[in-house]
Amino acid sequence: MTEVDVHLDVPEEFDETAAESFQVGRRRFVGWLVGAATVVAAADLGAGWTSSPAGAVVPSPPQPPELYDLNEMLTDAARPTANLITVRINQDGTASFDLPRAEVGQGIITSTTMLIAEELDLPMNKVKVGLAPARPELVFNQLTGASNTTISTYVPIRIAAATAKLALMRAASRLSGDPVESLTSRNGVISGPSGSFSYAELTTSAAAIEVEAVNVVLKSPDEFRVIGQPRTRTDARKAVTGRKKFAMDLKVKGAKPTMVCRPPTLNGSPRKIRNKKKVLAMPGVTDVVKVPTGVAVRAKTFGQCIDAIRALKVTWNPGSVEGQSDKDIVRGLRQAELPLPNLPSLPVLGTKVIDKRFTFYFRGNSSLEPNCAIADVRKDSARIWGSCKSPIVAQQEIALDLGMRQDQVKFIVTEGGGSFGRKLFFDAALEAARISKKMGKPVKLMWHRADEPRQGRAHPLALSRVRATIVGDEVVQFDQRHTSVETDYRHGLGDIVSAMAAKLPAGTGNLGFAQTIFALTQEIPFNFGVVSQLLAETDLRFNTGSMRNIYSPDVRTAVELVMDDIAREMGMDRLAFRRKFVKDERTRTVLDKVAEEGGWGRKLPRGFTQGIAVHKEYKGVTAALVELDMRPKTVDRKIFNAVTGPRVTRVTFAIDVGQVVNPRGLEAQMLGGINDGIALALTSSMHLRNGRFLEASWDNYFYTRQWNTPPKVDVHIIDTDIEEPGGAGEAGVAATFAAVACAYGEAIGRTPTYFPINHRDEIAFKPKTFIPPVPPSPRNGLKFAR
Amino acid sequence: MPKRQKFRVNGRKVTVRAADDERLLWVLRDRLGLTGPKYGCGINVCKACTSHVNGKAINPCSIPVGQLGARDEVTTIEGLPKTVGKRIHPMQQAWIDHDVAQCGYCQPGQIMEAVALVRRTREEGREITDADLDSIRNLCRCGTYQRIRDAIRDGASRM
Repeated sequence: MTEVDVHLDVPEEFDETAAESFQVGRRRFVGWLVGAATVVAAADLGAGWTSSPAGAVVPSPPQPPELYDLNEMLTDAARPTANLITVRINQDGTASFDLPRAEVGQGIITSTTMLIAEELDLPMNKVKVGLAPARPELVFNQLTGASNTTISTYVPIRIAAATAKLALMRAASRLSGDPVESLTSRNGVISGPSGSFSYAELTTSAAAIEVEAVNVVLKSPDEFRVIGQPRTRTDARKAVTGRKKFAMDLKVKGAKPTMVCRPPTLNGSPRKIRNKKKVLAMPGVTDVVKVPTGVAVRAKTFGQCIDAIRALKVTWNPGSVEGQSDKDIVRGLRQAELPLPNLPSLPVLGTKVIDKRFTFYFRGNSSLEPNCAIADVRKDSARIWGSCKSPIVAQQEIALDLGMRQDQVKFIVTEGGGSFGRKLFFDAALEAARISKKMGKPVKLMWHRADEPRQGRAHPLALSRVRATIVGDEVVQFDQRHTSVETDYRHGLGDIVSAMAAKLPAGTGNLGFAQTIFALTQEIPFNFGVVSQLLAETDLRFNTGSMRNIYSPDVRTAVELVMDDIAREMGMDRLAFRRKFVKDERTRTVLDKVAEEGGWGRKLPRGFTQGIAVHKEYKGVTAALVELDMRPKTVDRKIFNAVTGPRVTRVTFAIDVGQVVNPRGLEAQMLGGINDGIALALTSSMHLRNGRFLEASWDNYFYTRQWNTPPKVDVHIIDTDIEEPGGAGEAGVAATFAAVACAYGEAIGRTPTYFPINHRDEIAFKPKTFIPPVPPSPRNGLKFAR
Repeated sequence: MPKRQKFRVNGRKVTVRAADDERLLWVLRDRLGLTGPKYGCGINVCKACTSHVNGKAINPCSIPVGQLGARDEVTTIEGLPKTVGKRIHPMQQAWIDHDVAQCGYCQPGQIMEAVALVRRTREEGREITDADLDSIRNLCRCGTYQRIRDAIRDGASRM
């Protein structure tokens, strides 16, 4: 197999040719053949792929996402560099592609393999998709977020693959004398009247000598053989045999297990290590150093690191929220809440105002794989291994921190064990680099689980006030003021320029990002007269970040609960109310689908209720219909070390995501989002008490477990004529959360005003130790053998 | 103090130097290089490291290696196919067929628990119930629970 370095210094004169040919047709694009020993094809997007025009005129004026949403912003940001996306045909007839995105479980390696297999007419097992390391030349085009991967890469990856196939076709034509038009391709073989050639036979003769622009036409949906068909993940076998490698499974010479003894309060810092010598003498321990975030310990095994952390005596400086608890933060948010507009003069009779405020407590976005990274920092170079959704800015910031040039730092992106937004940041990679530099040795840094909720990032606490003004049978005004502890977007768009812009002093830069993301994502797909949705963010003392679906789960839940209130006020059925006011056909379709498939209003045993809700984002629309079991015998069931409470017994879910690439993967993402939504509504939150979060592990932070999950879930994918794909990774959360909240409100006969619903109950666990910061590992595991 | 720890792993005798108190998870991962069992909590609550000792599900994060005897047989996900003399265990195949894994981090532990669950219910001479599935404590932060339930029932029928 030939390894080819791709250089894409595209001569300028090609640009004009390209620009002209963009007008030719919707599926006609210009691809680039790159001079190399074998076929290397690149995609050039230029201006040929425009955002969709504004929506139709509607009684509620369009909100920003209807015109230009966050995905369009990210797609546009990625556009100028998309021409650097290349597909290579190897001499054995296989194709290779390095995806400049993070695979964290969302299935994009599989869907990307499908796109290439489709346009190249190669079997999927002959397409090898890996993850690209940090490539600073991609600038904005290496950020994984906002469910944008498929939206932004659907066209360019196919162009590159189609270009490669065209090169093979032309080579076959030269060799056989058959015109290109008479050739067909299937399963890695090109056939014509005079004979057949495998791709392997053609690679060398198909190689371009210099850069050449070619016109390619992408397949139309009715020609698809792979796209739209259910496919199993390409890494399924590796995952189930234990051969899938995550960062902590890699063997890097000399990189020994390393952990950090962390402060007892949020964002505290170490002042003095009181027993360094003693800890250095412990079995296996090689190094003990002070770093800004705590005291790092390196040893032969992680078990020895845990023992050393528990033995360390450290004097700590105070943290960022000393003495503060949930209620103090809520009080601060109340003061920052933006005012609602004055109501217009309305008739006294027949006017009704519903005004509700909801509280959404801190939640953890930690994945099961903890924060971790391997770092090998030398005198004039550094290598970092880790899962990261913003590897360019990680590389740049780590270089700055180490006092190196960017090109001296190599960031190798590994597959991640989940993200949920957490891997937009690179806290462990930066920390590992600092520790490696200070110790002068390679380190394999892993956070203890207890470190994750206590010092890691969280979904910020937020308040959402919703006011609906009703006159007779119409909603004439609908206002939402969402007030949140700051959401950290200092990863920018994945490059250091926008990351620096997000870091402007006093939060002003980040607030611009937050406002942009809020404005570009939030939308109420109902005709409620004059609609306003505004965000205020305040309080920069926490470690936060985007959590799967960012603002939408909270924003939508507040809105849908008030919609239920309005329906009751109007004496209408909750579904009939939504159908009456819904703005667009796509939303109506998913609503109708879940109502029909899930049996809206069907007779249920006493103690069961239903809830229904929709959400529109990521160029798609979703609806959820849930059934909630509120019977006392269910709510009060006892399970060791668990919270039980109401149980969602059934979820009927519908999504219209436009063109589906992999329905099996899409369904998987909806299942995940559904289980997330249930946790947000019923069980999972973090409690801030006296300057620290109480939660320290999975027996404290109650993410959905088998005993909470619905036994029956049906996901319906709507057939559509839309040829562009929408985003999937986060699309399942908001509608589910809202529907569960609505079912709960129906059950208790009043509108719940805080989430999760168990947050103000007596704490369901005994908080684990703060000093030392990690609990001891039990010794009684054999007793539980079963 | 480190001493020679003798036990069996995936059908082979092993001798490894480690303190009696070192938890089996770190002996497997950091000393023997068996990285199938994952760390998710270290205190036996997330179950990502679930493996077998003498055919029963255990969590190596909570077992001091000194508690194992020379004849104790530890099976990790890497050794599961060998227990049925195949390249892949029927439960693993069911997992593939149902496309269960998303990020995949918890799945080795889920599969080891599933196999132990089937053995338990077989010994009790009964089918797997919804209550059995509800009692599985293995956390999946990607939320693949529905496919796990389907795959267990399917895998059980193939075992």
